[in-house]
Amino acid sequence: MPIDPAIVGSRSPEFSTVAERGRLRFFTAATGQNDPIYSDMEAAGSAGHRDLPVPPTFLFCLEMDHPDRGSFLTDLGIDQRTILHAGQKFEFHDQAYAGDTLTFSTEVKDVYAKKSGALEFIVRATHVTRDTTPIATLTSTIVVRDPKAGQ
Amino acid sequence: MTTLEPGDTLTLECPKITRTVLALYAGASGDHNPVHIDTDACQAVGIDDVFAHGMLSMAYLGRLLTDWVPQERIKSCEVRFSAITPVNSTPICTGTVAGVENGLARLDLTVTLPDGTVTLRGAAVVTANLPTT
Repeated sequence: MPIDPAIVGSRSPEFSTVAERGRLRFFTAATGQNDPIYSDMEAAGSAGHRDLPVPPTFLFCLEMDHPDRGSFLTDLGIDQRTILHAGQKFEFHDQAYAGDTLTFSTEVKDVYAKKSGALEFIVRATHVTRDTTPIATLTSTIVVRDPKAGQ
Repeated sequence: MTTLEPGDTLTLECPKITRTVLALYAGASGDHNPVHIDTDACQAVGIDDVFAHGMLSMAYLGRLLTDWVPQERIKSCEVRFSAITPVNSTPICTGTVAGVENGLARLDLTVTLPDGTVTLRGAAVVTANLPTT
């Protein structure tokens, strides 16, 4: 089923969440990040940080905590089992720290097809802010495989 | 302080991505997609076995960068996912400085499996060194 290009420009409801210290330590352990500034308050402080820094890709994990994140696809009639993460970009504007309340605002940037519609791509950008300070922009590309198209 | 010049290269050998690593990353990241943690669920839809989260490999690339320069020097990082990472594989992350311009270094990034398969390919921009103010 072709994805309606009219969704370009549409926005998902904003949501806010807190980067918790314990969760950051768990992520740090799970990814083998052994630099102590990411898990030890004293080491972070000695390096000039006011709390544990949020590691570069962790913002993507917080974005996934959106309480309604599945509805974007289901509203488009897309089966989650037919999608793959094709690409991911992070642009960093300011450092986020444990304890920060971060707000995520997502917009559809582009929709396009390849292979006669057998592969459809959706590009979404998420702007992350702390109060009014821009923290990062996350751009995610997913590919939807339509087994019935292009045959 | 680390300065970056064209041709500089850094590698990071990831740990073996065992089922335990995938379970811990699923918990920490919040990505509980069963294709990464549940072999029974995989086989029910015709997938032989679990495979790693693409974002786990990107997290290792993040580590490669933060091992190289302080995080505040990373301006951007992007990847395309080109192949899956099977469970129990040991990927290698490589970053190479492709060029330096206006104080910014462009890095080419890859994650490869021991058999040569490229699983992620991307780029990052970091400040080449701190401003001398």
